Amino acid sequence: MREVALIGSGVTEFGELWEKSLADLVAEAGITAIMDAGIDGTDIDALYIGGMSAGRFVGQEHLGSLAAEVAGLSDLHIPATRVEAACASGGLALHSGYLAVASGAYDVVVVGGAEKMTDVPGTEATNILASAANREWEAFFGATFPGLYALMARYHMHKHGTTSKQLAQVAVKNHHNGTLNPKAQYQRKISVEDVLNSTMVADPLHLLDCSPITDGAAAVVVASVETARQFTDQPVRIMASCHASDSISLSERSRFDALPAAVSAARCAYRQAGVEPTDIDFAEVHDCFTIAEIMAIEDLGFVDRGQGGPATEDGLTARDGDIPVNTSGGLKSKGHPVGATGIAQIHELMLQLRGQAGQRQVEKADIGLSHNVGGSGGTAVIHILEAI
Amino acid sequence: MAVPRYWREIPQRYNLVGTKCGSCGKIYFPPKVVCPTCRRKSLGHMEDCALAGRGTVESYTIIYAPPPHFEGEEPYTMALIKMDEGCYLMGQVVDLEPQEIHIGLRVEACFRRIYEDGTRGAIQYGYKFKKMEEAETP
Ligand SMILES: [Zn+2]
Repeated sequence: MREVALIGSGVTEFGELWEKSLADLVAEAGITAIMDAGIDGTDIDALYIGGMSAGRFVGQEHLGSLAAEVAGLSDLHIPATRVEAACASGGLALHSGYLAVASGAYDVVVVGGAEKMTDVPGTEATNILASAANREWEAFFGATFPGLYALMARYHMHKHGTTSKQLAQVAVKNHHNGTLNPKAQYQRKISVEDVLNSTMVADPLHLLDCSPITDGAAAVVVASVETARQFTDQPVRIMASCHASDSISLSERSRFDALPAAVSAARCAYRQAGVEPTDIDFAEVHDCFTIAEIMAIEDLGFVDRGQGGPATEDGLTARDGDIPVNTSGGLKSKGHPVGATGIAQIHELMLQLRGQAGQRQVEKADIGLSHNVGGSGGTAVIHILEAI
Repeated sequence: MAVPRYWREIPQRYNLVGTKCGSCGKIYFPPKVVCPTCRRKSLGHMEDCALAGRGTVESYTIIYAPPPHFEGEEPYTMALIKMDEGCYLMGQVVDLEPQEIHIGLRVEACFRRIYEDGTRGAIQYGYKFKKMEEAETP
């Protein structure tokens, strides 16, 4: 396998973008990443695009061909593949692009992710997102996506003493970070009281424990390390790219206070990169719900099992803490266009590793990790990147 | 919620019939064609096995923001239930006040309407759970 690097990235604004179509978003993110990488259309060997449910959100499937068309690459007839793994579609698209370059099949590929979610009513969005769970044995009986994470939250609280206040602190921290991200959907601070007083969605998760419904797209350019230097002075090396699966049904998991797929992908990633959790300087994790970030920092080995809540309370994961988590604002504040999320996380890592994160730049940014989850944990994709 | 029509024909949803692995004896619900522990050894040895319908609440949530087919039913209680046979399943817990639900509550399955496909559409039935009525002898 060859060494692989990232040489450019781009994101659209995240939010309720009623004036932009799915195609507009894909084009904007893709072209921004291509410009950033300094490549030309003819340099591109293949496209990958992550998207969860464009067919149900906007009635559009066949995203690979759509992406090639809007990026002005149709005449080159390059392979263009759509990748789907619910909310981990973006991360898995990158993993696919990574494997293609690492194998030597391609030298330069563009990997995007996009979702346009705000064109359907809220209850319909809830229903579409529930398709990331087992439709016949979970959603059929009335389980919602927040409901599945609420079951894990209640279990985590019972087993480890995690509190609603500790969950709220994840949202407070990520909203604080979001105020420094001009692309974020929400750029306002919130308090613990705001979270605890917000409407209950699925007990114990309040509205402000949940990531929002968002439109947005992101893209990165992947190249072999030897090719990368032709295009940029600041390539970022992919130290690890790991993908793990688990049962789609929460009830079939081996435990409910962790995501075993994330634990497995993390183990793979640390081995592949040759690093330990203590070597990670900062991370973007999949905080689709506040409990998800608590479990993530435990699954990734940043803290011991059950210590995610207290560690968050103590500021370990704050921007000035020992291991800053979700400096972008995370899914919670930046927004969560499900197919785009895994790539938007990589964009944030690249900004930090290249020292381009502006006001939210962390002090030490040599090695960063991204953690992207599909469904209630049926898919996990973890990347570890370093500045070279 | 577009559940395929074949669903109404699945007897397991009414009868809580799972599968027992003839190799290791483990019981699964929903039914499985292969045992995840024994894998190849279990093929051809997976047998139907009716669950007694009793279990314990392992975790729970109260849903306030329902999907389209459950609008008007909120708030309703969903639980992750460990059946006495050892498998877990997901279902609503009914006939109790939301504040009565707690981890460790003993429940038993009952047969109920799950939802209706519009006002004139097909009615979908399946299992829900309620508090166990009789005291159990240990
Ligand atoms: Zn077996």
